[in-house]
Amino acid sequence: MLSRTAENLYWLARYVERAEYIARTIDATLRVTALPAAYIGKTNEWESALLTAGVSQSFYQVYDEANEQNVVDYLSFNANNPSSIKNCIEAARLNSRSVRTALTSEMWDTINSAWIELQEVWAKGTKTREELARFLRFVQETSLRFDGSAYRTMLRNDAYWFSRLGVHLERADNTARILDVKYHVLLPEEEHVGGPLDYYQWTSILRSVSALTAYHWVYRETLKPWLIADLLILNDSLPRSLASCYGNLVRNLDQIGVAYGRQGSAQRHARGVRNRLEHSNIDDIFQHGVHEFIQEFLADNSRLGEIITRQYLT
Amino acid sequence: MAVAFDEMNGLGEDIRPAYRELSRWLKETPPDALEYRRQEAELLFRRIGITFAVYGDAEAQERLIPFDVIPRIVSAKEWAVLEKGLKQRVQALNLFLRDIYHGRDILRANVVPEDLIFQNPVFRPEMNGQDVPHDIYVHVAGIDVIRTDAENFIVLEDNARTPSGVSYMLENREIMMRLFPDLFARHRIAPVERYPDELLAALRSVAPDSASAEPTVALMTPGVYNSAYYEHSFLADKLGIELVEGRDLIVKDDEVFMRTTEGLKRVDVIYRRLDDDFIDPLTFRPDSALGVPGLMSAYAAGNITLANAVGTGIADDKAMYSYMPEIVRFYLSEQPILKNVQTWRCREPKDLAYVLDNLDQLVVKEVHGSGGYGMLIGPAATKATIEAFRDKLKREPEGFIAQPTLALSTCPTCTEAGLAPRHVDLRPFVLTGSNHTTIVAGGLTRVALKEGSLVVNSSQGGGTKDTWILDE
Repeated sequence: MLSRTAENLYWLARYVERAEYIARTIDATLRVTALPAAYIGKTNEWESALLTAGVSQSFYQVYDEANEQNVVDYLSFNANNPSSIKNCIEAARLNSRSVRTALTSEMWDTINSAWIELQEVWAKGTKTREELARFLRFVQETSLRFDGSAYRTMLRNDAYWFSRLGVHLERADNTARILDVKYHVLLPEEEHVGGPLDYYQWTSILRSVSALTAYHWVYRETLKPWLIADLLILNDSLPRSLASCYGNLVRNLDQIGVAYGRQGSAQRHARGVRNRLEHSNIDDIFQHGVHEFIQEFLADNSRLGEIITRQYLT
Repeated sequence: MAVAFDEMNGLGEDIRPAYRELSRWLKETPPDALEYRRQEAELLFRRIGITFAVYGDAEAQERLIPFDVIPRIVSAKEWAVLEKGLKQRVQALNLFLRDIYHGRDILRANVVPEDLIFQNPVFRPEMNGQDVPHDIYVHVAGIDVIRTDAENFIVLEDNARTPSGVSYMLENREIMMRLFPDLFARHRIAPVERYPDELLAALRSVAPDSASAEPTVALMTPGVYNSAYYEHSFLADKLGIELVEGRDLIVKDDEVFMRTTEGLKRVDVIYRRLDDDFIDPLTFRPDSALGVPGLMSAYAAGNITLANAVGTGIADDKAMYSYMPEIVRFYLSEQPILKNVQTWRCREPKDLAYVLDNLDQLVVKEVHGSGGYGMLIGPAATKATIEAFRDKLKREPEGFIAQPTLALSTCPTCTEAGLAPRHVDLRPFVLTGSNHTTIVAGGLTRVALKEGSLVVNSSQGGGTKDTWILDE
C-alpha cells in the first residue's frame, strides 16, 4: 500500500485514541475535583491533567492559571493545542478523507458523523457541566465505535495492522504518561507518605484508563498503589497496560513482516521492549525507581514511532 | 423568452410517454412523503460525505450539491441517437488531437485557423510528434448536452480534460434505489453500476508496451482540498486502484513509481484528475507542488500513459467548439449527428459587431473559462454589467464567444412551492479504450434550482438529478 496511506491510517488511529484519552482525563479530573478538599489534599488536579496530556508547557503560553475552566477549554477546544480533542477530531477527519479508500464505510461514517455532530459543540462550546459531560461521553463513544468498526469490518491486511500500530503506540504513551505524573502516589507501603488522602487519586488513575473494575477482578483486594502500578505496567490482560500494548505492537509488526517477507528494526525494537516488560516484576521496578523506568519506557516508545515511520511510512 | 420545452409535459400537451408512469406515481404520492424522502436523501449524502468545495468560499468549504429526488427520464429511442452522436463526436476529438500533434492536415486544409492552435495557451508543444498508445487522447469525455425541443439534443460543451461528475451519476442512483424502490419496480431502467469496470478496462487497455501483463493503474488527485476530491476517492475505491498524490510518485530512469510500504512500485497508467499545468513542475508550472518532477520525460519515453493525454485542452476549448461540426466532417466524412449551439466567434469582426449590438440577448462566455464563472447572460444582466462586459469584449475579443440565450428544457423539480419546472442539462460520460468507445446508459443531469435560472453549475447553485435511460 502507499506509504502515505499507511501513515494516514496510523495517525488516524492515534488521533482517535488520543481524543478518547483526553476525554477520560478530563472526566476523571472532574470527578476528583468535585470532592471536598479534605479528601484529596491540596494538589492541583488540573495541573496534573495538563501534565498527563503532555501539554503543560504550551498551556502556560496561553493561560496564567490552571483552573477548571482554562484547562477544560485548552484540552477540549483550543486550536493552539495540537492535542486538544477538537484538533484530534479535526485531524482524524482530515486523515480519513485522505484515505477514504482504505477505510470501511463504517469507519468513515463514525468519524464523519461525529465530526458533523461536533461542529455545533465547536461553535457553541459547552455551557454547563452537563453539556460538558455529554460531550466527553460522546467523544469516548466515538472512539469505541471507531475501534469497534475497525475490528469488525476491516480486512486483516496491512491497512488494519498499521492502524492497530497507531492505537497501541498511542495507548502505551498515554498510560505511561499517567504513571509518570502520578508515580509518587503509587509507591510501596513503606515509602508511602500520603495515606488515605491518595485513595481518590488512585481511583482517578484507574478511571482514566478505564481499569477501575478490572482492578477488582484481577486482584480481589482493596486498592493498593503498587498493585495499581503492577496492573498498568505488567498485567498483560489489561488492554491499556504497557505489557498488553507491546504484545499487540509485536504481533501486528510481525504480521506486517510476514506479509512483506522481511523484518526490520521496528520488529526488533518492539520485541526488545516487550521482552523487558515480560521479564520484569513490580518489586524490581520499584527498586530501580518507577520514575526512571517510565522515563525510559516513554523514550523507547517514541523511538519505536520514529522507526516505524522511517521503515514504512515515508 | 419563449416557454421552454418540458421533459415531462412537452409544450403543454399530453404527458410524454417516458414520463407517464412517473406522473401517475407523483399523483398517488402525498407531498409530505416526497419531502420526507428529500430530507432523507440529504442526510445520506452528508453522511457519506459526498461534498464539493467552492473556491473562494471559506464559510462553506464543504458543501453538498443539492439533490433533487424527481428523476430525469430519457427514452430508449432518444438515447440511441444520443449515444451514436456522442461516440461520433469523441471519435472526432481523438482524431483531431492526433492530427494537431502530428501531421496537421486540418490546418493545411484551412478548416481551423492556425493561430487558434498555436497561440492558444492550452496547446502543448511538448506533445508535438509524441505518440500515445492506440492514438487515444481523450479516454474519458464528459459531453454536456441540452435540448430545446422534442427532436434534438444539442452539444453545449465538450469536456476533454478532467471532466467530473460521474460519482454523482453513480451515487444518485444508489440513493434513489434506496429511497424509491417502488418507483424502480414500475420502470425498466438501464443500470449504471458497471461504469467503474468499464473505466478500469479502458485504462488498462491503453497501458504502455513496457508495462507488465497486469498493468498498474493509479488515480492521481491534487489532494483533499480539491473541489472534486470526493469523486477521486470514490472512483479509486470503486476501481480498486491507489489514489495517489504527486508526493506519492517518483520518477527514476524515466519510469514512474509509487512509494509504498514495501518500497517502490512501478505505475503504468495514471488516470489523472489534475490539469496539465500542474502535473510536472519541470515542464509546466514550476511552482506546482502537486505534480511529479520528471513525469513528462517518463511520458515522452513511453513508459507511462496519462489519461487523459496531455494537451487535450486544445480540443475542448470554447473557441474550438464552434468548429466541431467541421471537424467531424473533416475526419469522418459524416454529417454530425449532434448539433452545436449557434456560436459567434468574437475574434471575427463580423461576429463581434453582431454580438456587441445584441449583448442583451446573448450569452457571452470566456473562451478559457469553465464552471460558469466569468460569463454574461444578457437577458438577466443589468445595464451596468452589460456595459462593463462590452468594454472587456472590445479590449480582448478573441477571448470570447457568444451564443443565443437558449430555453434549456425543463424538468419537474421539488421546490418550496411544490413541484415546478426547472431548467436542466445532461452530461453523459464517454469512455474510449484500445478497441472501442462505450457509454454507460446514464449521465449527470444538472438542474438550475432557482426559478428561471439557466446556470446549472454546482458552483453557482445548481443541483443534480438521477438520470434514467429507459430500457424498452
